[in-house]
Amino acid sequence: MTEHVNISTQNACVDFPIFDAKSRSMKKAFLGKAGGAIGRNSSDVVVVEALKDITMTLKEGDRVGLVGHNGAGKSTLLRLLSGIYEPTRGSASIRGRVAPVFDLGVGMDPEISGYENIIIRGLFLGQTRKQMLAKMEEIADFTELGDYLDMPLRTYSTGMRVRIAMGVVTSIDPEILLLDEGIGAVDAEFMKKARVRLQKLVERSGILVFASHSNEFLAQLCNSAMWIDHGQIRMQGDIEDVVRAYEGDDAAEHVRHVIKEMERENTP
Amino acid sequence: MSASAIESETPDAPAPVSDSQTFRRAFKDLRDGLNQRELWLSLGWQDIKQRYRRSVIGPFWITIATGVQATAIGILYAALLDMPLQEFLPYVTVGLIVWNLINASIIEGSEVFVANEGLIKQLPSALSVHIYRLVWRQMLFFAHNLLIYVIMVVAFGVWRNLSWASLAAIPALGLIVLNALWVSIVFGIFATRYRDIAPILSSLTLLLFVLTPIMWTTQSLEAQGGAVRDRAKIAELNPLFHYLDIVRAPMIGQPQELYHWYIVITITVVGWVVALLALRKYRARVPYWV
Repeated sequence: MTEHVNISTQNACVDFPIFDAKSRSMKKAFLGKAGGAIGRNSSDVVVVEALKDITMTLKEGDRVGLVGHNGAGKSTLLRLLSGIYEPTRGSASIRGRVAPVFDLGVGMDPEISGYENIIIRGLFLGQTRKQMLAKMEEIADFTELGDYLDMPLRTYSTGMRVRIAMGVVTSIDPEILLLDEGIGAVDAEFMKKARVRLQKLVERSGILVFASHSNEFLAQLCNSAMWIDHGQIRMQGDIEDVVRAYEGDDAAEHVRHVIKEMERENTP
Repeated sequence: MSASAIESETPDAPAPVSDSQTFRRAFKDLRDGLNQRELWLSLGWQDIKQRYRRSVIGPFWITIATGVQATAIGILYAALLDMPLQEFLPYVTVGLIVWNLINASIIEGSEVFVANEGLIKQLPSALSVHIYRLVWRQMLFFAHNLLIYVIMVVAFGVWRNLSWASLAAIPALGLIVLNALWVSIVFGIFATRYRDIAPILSSLTLLLFVLTPIMWTTQSLEAQGGAVRDRAKIAELNPLFHYLDIVRAPMIGQPQELYHWYIVITITVVGWVVALLALRKYRARVPYWV
């Protein structure tokens, strides 16, 4: 393990240059309900301020849930925290091995077998071929695909692909785990199994940042929450408090219920 | 655990300076990419296997395609330029194989980041992984094409011209690989920002293909004497001529001249300086631009 797994950002901003936007139609910068602020940079290129002045420090044991509107900047924030986007202004330092789970389909080759895809995906996540071969049996077990793993991936259904992706991600030991929503598309029974594995994975990993619209999922995996609005941190704190401010009392009540239920399950 | 898990730093702490635009990070990117060689080695192979999946001959279609092209050009131009076929055909073949390597480095190099948009935006890995994968794939193509060379060496008795000096082709190829790397980095970065560069380059390489002595020889120009002879000098201004010659001359056992090496080495050094500067300044911008 890398010593002192941590993430710290200081006034980090992420501005996307939009080179093909008609600048005339955007004479004035404006703000909408969804999406970041639109402005111009010094060289007169239209920019979208996806994230603005993000200052946060995460250390080992932090499990943060992100809430916010579509386009508020949750996914961009995850990409900032993974090191894909380096801040255009301000700074971000990320220490630790990052495992991002954004799009389960990326890096999958439809023409090669399930086995090969498992190995390639593992390599993408910083594992070696040898490590992946050692985990193969466990992953094959988890995916329940059996001999089907020898078939080319193009013959798989969406659900089967998600199983492979989930199998690989949950088999590695990341220090920083970044989860984006949209891990749906699998049957309920498998999801239950995946959830248990996901929870174990979260326990193993040093830091978790999780963006989801499901408060239930959030309450199950995280121990604090952050509300992202217009590319800024609007509020951070207890899941219940943040959800109350963002969605109202009913949702907060539900979160409290889920947390209580989990506590009951954990204390036999 | 509660809100204390996330804490803002004290406002008066000195703001850490971002190190995105430093040489340290540029070198780190190149090094991290090398460390992930298991990844790009298998991806490069897959790219080739992918293209020829379910075909019986598989990747050897690369060999056949180049062989047919070289033979057609060779026979036609040997007649046009009045050159003996057993000399001219190996010349064209080797020229074409090396040209394919250079051409692909320029054209695919300029698309390397755009083509890998999905991976760049989803997985935090070194940018150089995509560069290494591309150059490795070109090397594999080149290796398949070398088979034609081997056949020519035997069939046309080229082996009679080969000597120890022919081994110079190996460091020459090393230089070409080094150049393919910087070309992909520089063109890749700028073509991602300015999308007109890739189409400009593909037209330009077409032009260079005709201007570079692949289908013709500088000797045949010089042999004509007079004004044409002077024009042969202009061919020397084309840098690709020198790249081609340091590989081709040893491979077909022609006399080698040192000044080609000086020119290529100079361009290599300058190119890498530009590549490192581009990596330092724009490496972090590439995910924003793709």
